[in-house]
Amino acid sequence: MTPSNSTTAEGALPAQDPHHGDHHAHPSYLVDGTTIKSWLLTVDHKRIGLMYLGAVLFFFLIGGIFAMSIRLELLTPGPTVMDAMTYNRAFTLHGIIMIFLFMIPAIPAAFGNFVLPLMLGAKDVAFPKLNLASFYIYMTGALFAVWGMLNGGLDTGWTFYAPYSTHTTTTVAPVLFGAFIIGFSSIATGLNFIVTVHTMRAPGITWFKLPLFVWAAYATSCIQVLATPVIGLLMLLVIGENLFNIGMFDPARGGDPVLFQHLFWFYSHPAVYIMVLPSFGVMSEIVATYSRKNIFGYRAVAYSSIGIAFVGFFAWGHHMFVSGQSTFDAGVFGVLTMLVGVFTAIKVFNWVGTVYKGAVDFKTPFAYFCGFLFFTVFGGMTGIALGTTSLDIPWHDTYFVVAHFHFIMVGATIMGFLAALHYWFPKMFGRMYHEGWGLVSAALIILGFNATFIPQFLLGNAGMPRRYYDYPERFQALNVASTAGASLLAFGFIIIAIYLTHALVYGRASGKNPWRSKGYEWTSESPPPTHNFVGPQPTYPEEPHFYVDPKKAEVPDAV
Amino acid sequence: MQSSAHPAGAGPVPRLAGHFASLEVQNHAARLGMWLFLSTEVLLFAGLFACYACYRFLFPEAFAEASRSLDLVMGTVNTVVLITSSLTAALAVHYAKEGKNNLVALMFTLTLVMAAAFLVIKGFEYSHKIHDGALPGKYYHYAKIQTAGAPIFYTVYFMATGLHAFHVTIGMGVLLWLTIRAVRQKNFGPNNYVAVELGSMYWHLVDLVWIFLFPLLYLI
Repeated sequence: MTPSNSTTAEGALPAQDPHHGDHHAHPSYLVDGTTIKSWLLTVDHKRIGLMYLGAVLFFFLIGGIFAMSIRLELLTPGPTVMDAMTYNRAFTLHGIIMIFLFMIPAIPAAFGNFVLPLMLGAKDVAFPKLNLASFYIYMTGALFAVWGMLNGGLDTGWTFYAPYSTHTTTTVAPVLFGAFIIGFSSIATGLNFIVTVHTMRAPGITWFKLPLFVWAAYATSCIQVLATPVIGLLMLLVIGENLFNIGMFDPARGGDPVLFQHLFWFYSHPAVYIMVLPSFGVMSEIVATYSRKNIFGYRAVAYSSIGIAFVGFFAWGHHMFVSGQSTFDAGVFGVLTMLVGVFTAIKVFNWVGTVYKGAVDFKTPFAYFCGFLFFTVFGGMTGIALGTTSLDIPWHDTYFVVAHFHFIMVGATIMGFLAALHYWFPKMFGRMYHEGWGLVSAALIILGFNATFIPQFLLGNAGMPRRYYDYPERFQALNVASTAGASLLAFGFIIIAIYLTHALVYGRASGKNPWRSKGYEWTSESPPPTHNFVGPQPTYPEEPHFYVDPKKAEVPDAV
Repeated sequence: MQSSAHPAGAGPVPRLAGHFASLEVQNHAARLGMWLFLSTEVLLFAGLFACYACYRFLFPEAFAEASRSLDLVMGTVNTVVLITSSLTAALAVHYAKEGKNNLVALMFTLTLVMAAAFLVIKGFEYSHKIHDGALPGKYYHYAKIQTAGAPIFYTVYFMATGLHAFHVTIGMGVLLWLTIRAVRQKNFGPNNYVAVELGSMYWHLVDLVWIFLFPLLYLI
């Protein structure tokens, strides 16, 4: 099963491997080729992961600037810093950038690309060239979207609801086409991961010895492959409608706008799990590492990822309780929605069971785990509430919904993203960040997030509709609180940007396994060499997350 | 995908990419990747089938009437042409396994000719319909059928057959590339036929989608 060294040297990565025949030099992937070309044309999954990380962080910054502009506008009733049309464009761009350009690719494409082959003991993903193509497809889609935004922008909200999106005079078509292209990138990454998990596992890694992050990435990839084509077709239809009036969703020509909603949410509801499932995977790794305990209920956690992915496909109708759907349909979709809560609860209880009587090492990623647990449970519980038809009807399209989906989809995902960033930072760069500043910024972000969105739950419950430019005087206090929270949140991100940039240059060397983790990816060097492992393909006789009983204090030594 | 990449002048065994454990694994990965890709293609068309189902339910009379306005003879001929092209594509895989590169090229050439014939017939059908004024949406002014919902039928018709024709064109590009490889490099053989197999699989998908589109649009 182990490929010979000569195959490796003449393999798929000849341009990246200047050390033909020299099996003594194994530079890390960061310095193996330092020209711009060696980065832009790389087929190394680690470099592609880093390029994705750079891109998603850039779009996160842009989306964040739009978020702050929205919060600033809503500081007072009436016009504050922009006119109504600019506000409509700002919240649309905030949504589109954050969802399509940041949250969907953030964890799978950046961290998944980096650690998934390492966790499988593989040299690369199954299709390295497709992986690079996926990155450039993503950037092409982003260019289209940004070009459309700069040439007028659009005011439909990120959901592009027909028939408004088919008639508005703003620039819908290029942005939709951009999203259509990004869909292909998402499909390519998902397809690549599924094939990689099936074919590239090192000897000894059976399905039930896969690290839990791999299970989560696998479930996510299944959703990406199965749901994305449907929204791709929908985007084409809306572009056709917007440019040529083909009449598919236009009631005046016999079309049905509710069909648009079905097709849209058939993708966009599972898309929530594309965003949050990888975060669940990250947390499963982190909770075991920092509790120094084997994960509690490994199989249940693994199966529940698949369960969420499966049930997620049958829950889209809960977005349409007020669209004229029959009471029976609403009931069925409500029950199916609540099943997601059951699978999520399985995960939450197992994570808590893992921490119980563990020897907790309270590092920055664990701080994010604590925040994550709160956001997931609170966001999840409000989701159950919203899945109840009678409660959804008064809350529909109010700030309650905005707060709910920010809690579960943004809060839980951002916690996973930041936890992954801190957890795998030493793996990626071989350097340590400043732990004290890490904890301070984690505290700021968790507090800031709560301060931003808890007032929005109250606003929604009091009846403030989402996407409104203006509001009555009585809503102002809560809006001010929300904007203050958002400022705190932004401040936390600025601190992270400063100390991580500092750590990139001045951070002390981390060594191979600074967290003394039992995760498979830490058996390689930090940062890893170009082909991930020196010498023959590794084998893994132990289960993943295999920590002995903390009472016996037999933890692996730091190397 | 890299299973098809190999240096000129190599033997009939494809090059093993460095990150795969063995050729078997590499071929398995290539096939699995293709099956997944084909499933996404099926789902792309499934969205259109959902639109068809929805509007057929809303406008049963208009759909029946507009469906009868399509040229059944041309549609049937096209179906026969496309199914036959799928047969020659399958035979190409058979000959690739036996290392008969000239026959692979011949079979794919036949497939390409039939694919071109399919597109030409489709073009005739389109021009008839456009001449009649059956373009969808605001361009619809087909005097013969004024039933409510008929324009939606033509929207579905043009979107579905147009998307299918786009896939035919892409598939022709793939098969042409394989034909050129069979002629120039003559290296398909018992150990090296996965590229031919995957190209044919894609062609069967194009065929399969049409086998669903034909009865939906022309027959029922």
